[in-house]
Amino acid sequence: MTMFNVGERVRIRDSHPPGHRRTPFYARGKTGVIERFCGAFRNPEELAYGFDGTPQRELYRVRIAQTDIWPDYKGPPGDTLDLEIYDHWLEKIEG
Amino acid sequence: MTTEERGGAPHGHDHDHDHDHPGTTPDTNETGYYELMAQAMKELLIEKGVVTADDVRRNLEFLDSRDPADGARIVARAWTDADFKARLLEDGTAAVEEMGFDMGDAELVVVENTDDVHNMIVCTLCSCYPRPILGLPPDWYKSKSYRSRAVVEPRAVLEEFGTNVPDSKTVRVHDSNADMRYLVLPQRPEGTDGWSAEQLAAIVTRDAMVGVTVPAAA
Repeated sequence: MTMFNVGERVRIRDSHPPGHRRTPFYARGKTGVIERFCGAFRNPEELAYGFDGTPQRELYRVRIAQTDIWPDYKGPPGDTLDLEIYDHWLEKIEG
Repeated sequence: MTTEERGGAPHGHDHDHDHDHPGTTPDTNETGYYELMAQAMKELLIEKGVVTADDVRRNLEFLDSRDPADGARIVARAWTDADFKARLLEDGTAAVEEMGFDMGDAELVVVENTDDVHNMIVCTLCSCYPRPILGLPPDWYKSKSYRSRAVVEPRAVLEEFGTNVPDSKTVRVHDSNADMRYLVLPQRPEGTDGWSAEQLAAIVTRDAMVGVTVPAAA
C-alpha cells in the first residue's frame, strides 16, 4: 500500500527549507500526476548531512505539463516533464 | 628581466617560476577550488579509513572502462527480442542485469520513443547519468546551459543538436533528479530490416540514448 496511486493528481510542496534538497525549485508548488511508484529509498536530504537516511521515503515520478511549469512555454500543450519527488514533498489534492 | 631569464639559455638559478620556459609544457595547471575540495575530501576519507586509495583507483578504473557501446547492445537486443524489450521497459534494472550490467545503488528506467513521443534526459540538480551502461557523461550534459535549458526549452535544445521534433509529437523531458537513472530506447530506424543485433548496435549512439538525437540507418 503506497501513499499515492498512479494517475492521482498531486501538488509538489511550495516549501523552501534550507539545505541540500532534491526537489528542483522550478517544480515547487506545481501540480502533476503520479506516473509511477519508484520504490522506497533512504532520504538523500538526510544522507547529505551524515544521517542514516531513515525512515526511508517513498519515491514517485510525477508528470507535469510543461505549460503548467512555464507560463510562456514554447511548444505544444502536450509536452511534459517527468521528475522524481519523495513523498514528504507531495500533497494530495482534495476533491 | 635579463635575456637569460626570458629563457634564451639554460639557467640553474632558484626562482619562483612566474614565467614560462619556451618549448616546455608545465606539468600541472593551477588547482581549482573544487579540485582542492575533492582532493581534501579524498584524503580525509582515506585517513579516516572509510575508503582506501585503491578503492578510489579501482572505481575510477571501472568508470573509465564503461562505454556507450554497452548501452547500444542493450538497445539492439530490445529491437530484436520483443520479450527482452518488454522486460526492459517493465524493470530496466533487472533486464540489464541479465546482460551482466550492475546499476549499483540506482535503478534504471527505460523510456521508449514512439511515433507519438520523443524522450530526452537531463539532470538539473547535478549530472546523474546511467554510467554503468553509458560510461562517463559528455561535457555538454554536465553544462549549466544544457541542465537549465533542457527543461525550459527542450525543443530549441533539440534543434541545436540537429533534431527536429514535429509539434504533432510529444516531447517528454525526464529530470534525473533522484535515485533513478534513464536510458532512452530509440525507435528502430527504417531500412534496417534483417540487420543483425551487431549491425544495429553500431548505429545506436550515446546521444541517441540520452535522447538529443535519433539513430539513422547509415
